[in-house]
Amino acid sequence: MTKTFRMDEAQPRLLDETGQGIVGAPLDRPEGPKKVSGRAAYAADGLPENAAHGVLVRATIPQGRVTRIDESSVSEVAGLLGVFHGPKMTRNPAQGMAGAAPVQPGNEVHYHGQPIALVVAESFEAARDAAQRLVVSYDADADVITDPSRSETHEQDDPETAGDFEAAFAASEVTLDRTYTTAPHAAAAMEPHAAVAEWEGDALTLRGALQMLRFNKKELADSLGIDPEQVRILSPYIGGGFGSKLGIGPEAVAAALAARELGRPVRVVMSRQTVFDTVLRRTETSQRLRLGADKDGRLRALSHDDLVSNIRDEGFAEPVSQASQFLYGAEGLSFTQTLARVCRTPTGSVRAPGEAVGMLALEQAMDELAEELGICPVELRLKNLPDKNPMTDQPFSATRLADCLREGAEQFGWAGRKPMGERREGDWYVGMGVASAARSNMLIKSAARVRLTGDGAVVETDMTDIGTGSYAILGQITAEMLGLPVAKVEVRLGDTSFPGASGSGGSFGASSAGSATFLAAKAIRETLAERMGCSLSELTLQNGIARGGNREMPLSELVDEELVEEASVEAGDTADSHFSAGFGAHFAEVAVHVYTGEVRVRRMLGVMAMGRILNEKTARSQALGGMIWGLGSALTEKLTHDPRTGHLATRDLANYHVPAHADVPGDLKVVFLEERDDMANPIQTKGIGELGISGAGAAILNAVRNACGARVYDMPATPDRVIAAMDAAGF
Amino acid sequence: MREFDYTRAETLSGAAGQLGENASIIAGGTNLLDLMKIQVMTPSRLVDITRIDGLRDVSEDGEGLRIGALVTNSELAADPRVREGWPLLSRAILAGASGQIRNKATTGGNLLQRTRCPYFYDTAMPCNKRNPGEGCSAKEGDGRMLAIFGTSEHCLAAHPSDMAVALAALRAEVEICAPHGDARRVPISELYKLPGDRPDIETVLAPDDIITAVHLPAPQADTRQVYKKVRDRASYAFALVSVGVAVAMDGDRIASVSCAIGGVAPKPWTDPEIEKALAGQTPSDEVFGQAADKALTQARCQPDTEFKKPLLRRTLIAALREATGLAASAPGVETARIPA
Repeated sequence: MTKTFRMDEAQPRLLDETGQGIVGAPLDRPEGPKKVSGRAAYAADGLPENAAHGVLVRATIPQGRVTRIDESSVSEVAGLLGVFHGPKMTRNPAQGMAGAAPVQPGNEVHYHGQPIALVVAESFEAARDAAQRLVVSYDADADVITDPSRSETHEQDDPETAGDFEAAFAASEVTLDRTYTTAPHAAAAMEPHAAVAEWEGDALTLRGALQMLRFNKKELADSLGIDPEQVRILSPYIGGGFGSKLGIGPEAVAAALAARELGRPVRVVMSRQTVFDTVLRRTETSQRLRLGADKDGRLRALSHDDLVSNIRDEGFAEPVSQASQFLYGAEGLSFTQTLARVCRTPTGSVRAPGEAVGMLALEQAMDELAEELGICPVELRLKNLPDKNPMTDQPFSATRLADCLREGAEQFGWAGRKPMGERREGDWYVGMGVASAARSNMLIKSAARVRLTGDGAVVETDMTDIGTGSYAILGQITAEMLGLPVAKVEVRLGDTSFPGASGSGGSFGASSAGSATFLAAKAIRETLAERMGCSLSELTLQNGIARGGNREMPLSELVDEELVEEASVEAGDTADSHFSAGFGAHFAEVAVHVYTGEVRVRRMLGVMAMGRILNEKTARSQALGGMIWGLGSALTEKLTHDPRTGHLATRDLANYHVPAHADVPGDLKVVFLEERDDMANPIQTKGIGELGISGAGAAILNAVRNACGARVYDMPATPDRVIAAMDAAGF
Repeated sequence: MREFDYTRAETLSGAAGQLGENASIIAGGTNLLDLMKIQVMTPSRLVDITRIDGLRDVSEDGEGLRIGALVTNSELAADPRVREGWPLLSRAILAGASGQIRNKATTGGNLLQRTRCPYFYDTAMPCNKRNPGEGCSAKEGDGRMLAIFGTSEHCLAAHPSDMAVALAALRAEVEICAPHGDARRVPISELYKLPGDRPDIETVLAPDDIITAVHLPAPQADTRQVYKKVRDRASYAFALVSVGVAVAMDGDRIASVSCAIGGVAPKPWTDPEIEKALAGQTPSDEVFGQAADKALTQARCQPDTEFKKPLLRRTLIAALREATGLAASAPGVETARIPA
């Protein structure tokens, strides 16, 4: 029976008492050797016998209707098995946690690149050839809006406010009013989206590259018009997701449709170009920041208004001002979002939706304000840290932002920062920048099962590991709780036949699935205490030995037949009574070429307090990866759209520039400050990965300003833009 | 990928006999195979020349070097004679692609790689280089990587090679084998044709011509050589603007400069006006800027490429500062010597 737990109040810090030293230790990933030696089977690996191959066909108009799909145009392709289209084809992947089918537009086309058919053949090569030859006729609409700045389609929310922004802004001694833009981003996960669909009678098994199986199962069933109980999804290994694999995708639905029709398994792997065309991207943004302050540096007014875009009928809008709503306090706060409806590849969650781009603007504006006031940017931030969420009045559950800023300044050598433009080495300007980091934290309903067999244990949950370390940390929690060596715990993930967890998203996977695993293991501890005849607090489990009530017994003797416990966790009263978020501070040193405007990041330091660290190694990798994402958003990453059709011009990894090794400084460092978040969940953790990106890019851009005077308002800061900004600043 | 015939040639004449309409040579295949997979190129026959003897060596050729067409980019960049006598070439090669690609890509193939214009790669968009007469989508399209020199109303595509820019600055010649004639040599700057109204024709090569080697003239001893490439990230990206220069000094003055510019034209761009403007001058930012301005009088930009004018000016200044010693010593500046 599943034990359900609601997070209504702070819980004892049991993981500080168990004393094994496994939780928190920088242990290697158990599945690492399999992954680096090619033995981990990803979605497209392990082709079932008799499988056919499918390739998606894209629409090549921005808006209109498909009038004819001419199957005779591919009839001469040897090995062709069929061309599949029709009312069940999905327009784009589901949004994260949708739990229902994505838009199924029938013969309508809503963007250039929309998947409109699946060509299936005996070989991948034949299917790809036929997909490229297939002749499709359209009735194309005139006057299609692909430019988000055109206001005809704008939908504006009412402002979210606290206090009276306008009055506070008017009363401020110093004010700042700036507009920043950020480029659209792609998740650009290494593994392309892939699915292998296989039917046995009415039962569908789908091997997919998916982050949130509990939701994906419902989304796939709803897309196909079948019962979720008929669907099993397997996704044990995922080659990166970053949000792009949150929801069921067109490759999975199309593979399932074709496999049912053909009566044989069908594999669909997206080409890199199709991934760019079809998978949810991050919106471009335009952001207006208005800050008002007194001369002593006390913020009085803060407003952050944004313009984002999405395609019609899509419920997601990038929550750009999310961190601006709680990071600093002011008398008057105001946030307004405008959503443009455009014919472009749909937008959705890409790593740290909201903070990733919102903090690029907010934290540059804070830097500009510090300069205006003649106050050190670290000091300005320290002066304005609220003791509760300024929009909701909830106290923070745990925050060490001030410590992160102070500790970071000390470790980075911030005191050695020179005035703007005063440090030059050869033909390079050198400068330093700082930014705060913040990312809201969540607990999502999750279940897990733990089996104890005496000298070993097994964890089962449909939680996924997208490269983050889920296998490692769930094993560590279980080993710590049950007094076993970590090698004696097997973790089974990514199978919808296991208890349903949060999945990987919003940096909540470790906390949510980790708490469920912890609670299941805790229930086993209760049984063991009973068997030992001692109270739970007297029980010690270490190295396979149970101790308590003056007794000592090997677990293998105490457990005669398998002990099984399943537990589920969900958010409760603490989510209302307190506000939980991760905080940190980013520091960057950059060199900017005096002539060419090239920016090279020389070193970066992130000091972060993110609750209990479950595995110091995988946590560090997450934080480092996040910071590199920040670097990409500040300097290199930009999707571009054709101005006429809205279709993506940057459709591969040669043209979409994620940071390469040469862009990433060797001196890239993360320091964790000790913290426990008692209100967040029963294991006192917080999300990690997305905090790394939040604010990191702004620290780099603030360093560019300090180096060479260039304030780049349109990101990424490519050499041409840095040159123009240097010219504007008279450098 | 469309079905195609594959022939493995043993000799040059055997290879030439297989070439002709809609056949393509394959060597490293690093660009060709990508283009075939997306059906931008659909040759009906591939002629593999990698088994032909005599195309894999770097050998001394009088005072210069003869580089076989099949010498890989990695081998060429690492060749001690090249690093010593023509460091610009080594630097330029290493500034392009990735280690994996350079291990496979060949000297001849590098010269003949196709443009990276996004519309050339997207078969849903009209492109005169793919289908002459269809139209140019890059005009008024999204075009940060497009050319600003030597374009026509039919095509705005830029040549993406770094190696070719260095070869142009070093005044290299291409050795071409025709089926019924002697080998001939063509200066690298004359290998490429400007697009005019036939952007699909990119070189002076006949369908059955085969590039067999590149000849480097004697090293310009004691020249200071720099390859400066500005791009949208630090590695593995094509040039927005690149500059290859070899500068000979006469005391405090510039004796001579040879220079080529990449990322801005359908071929490695050379402009004698730049070299004329610099010869005999005392190095200064002003002198360098004036030389750049001479070249820029010929630039034709669209809004997306307007930035290339100031960027080219600044990149040329930066490269010349390094080559003439105005900039404090920078990694990547090397003095050419006569190879031992």
